[in-house]
Amino acid sequence: MKSGSTRVLAAASGGGHWEQLMLLRATLDNYDIRFATTEPAVAAQHGIESADRLPDCNQNKPLQSALCGLVALWVVLKHRPQVVISTGAAPGFFCILAGRLIGARTLWIDSVANGEQLSLCGKLSQRWAHECWTQWEHLGSDARPRYFGSVL
Amino acid sequence: MILVTVGMQLGFDRLIAAMDALAPTLGLPVIAQTGKGRYTPQHMDARARIAPAEFERLVQQSCLIVSHAGIGTVLTAARFAKPIILVPRRAALGEHRNDHQLATVSQLSGRPGILVAMDEAVLPARIAEGLAVKDWSTLQSSTARQLHRALAAFIENRPL
Repeated sequence: MKSGSTRVLAAASGGGHWEQLMLLRATLDNYDIRFATTEPAVAAQHGIESADRLPDCNQNKPLQSALCGLVALWVVLKHRPQVVISTGAAPGFFCILAGRLIGARTLWIDSVANGEQLSLCGKLSQRWAHECWTQWEHLGSDARPRYFGSVL
Repeated sequence: MILVTVGMQLGFDRLIAAMDALAPTLGLPVIAQTGKGRYTPQHMDARARIAPAEFERLVQQSCLIVSHAGIGTVLTAARFAKPIILVPRRAALGEHRNDHQLATVSQLSGRPGILVAMDEAVLPARIAEGLAVKDWSTLQSSTARQLHRALAAFIENRPL
């Protein structure tokens, strides 16, 4: 961590979403970066010991989702990031919402797995995040989602 | 070692059978995650499911990955800078509910470390190409460079 540089919270569920965050690490590591994920054990495999745990959730599990929203808020209040980014999925989206509450700038990068259409959280992020990016050029537009390349 | 995977959710016997036929000619051990397929390989170390941590270890140890066009495997291969050959599942052959893997390979074809075999007939040629790929960890695709630049601009609140 570099003191004085921008504080960034990067959030992603375990699996493919997390893999994509790791592929962005060369850039993320230039800032005061904090991680949150549903699988801290996987983060530890990547040498990140201090990742905060987010409960897994999706739109079919309202109670889990409510709990995840609260935990996301707690994580955001703890770190007070200036920037929140997520590569998915629902737990990352809750971090973006919580980020908005404290005035952070927020970026949703929709998963490269979504080559046909944006994910549900991606669509919600079009409205709720400052920026919503797709990783597929043919899904990009001038406004939302925009296209600025891909992790691959 | 060559690692073959069709994921865990669906079978993809066309790829598994093709790799099983090729395995004795490759001069390398072949390990295969066969998913829910019915074909029983004779020449590969085949397992229906490989746990994620073990799978990651095998990717690290492999020199080449042969896979269905699943993004998860492409991402793992990218993280360890392993060359990967993608064979798309075809809806017409009952291998997936639609042809999105065709779209995936057409988009990813030509990026560093990624080779595409549109069908099993071209697998031997692609495998030879894949084994000739040396370390490509320093090669970043132009699209990845673009995303890293945009991400840095967003974090630093510069114009995108």
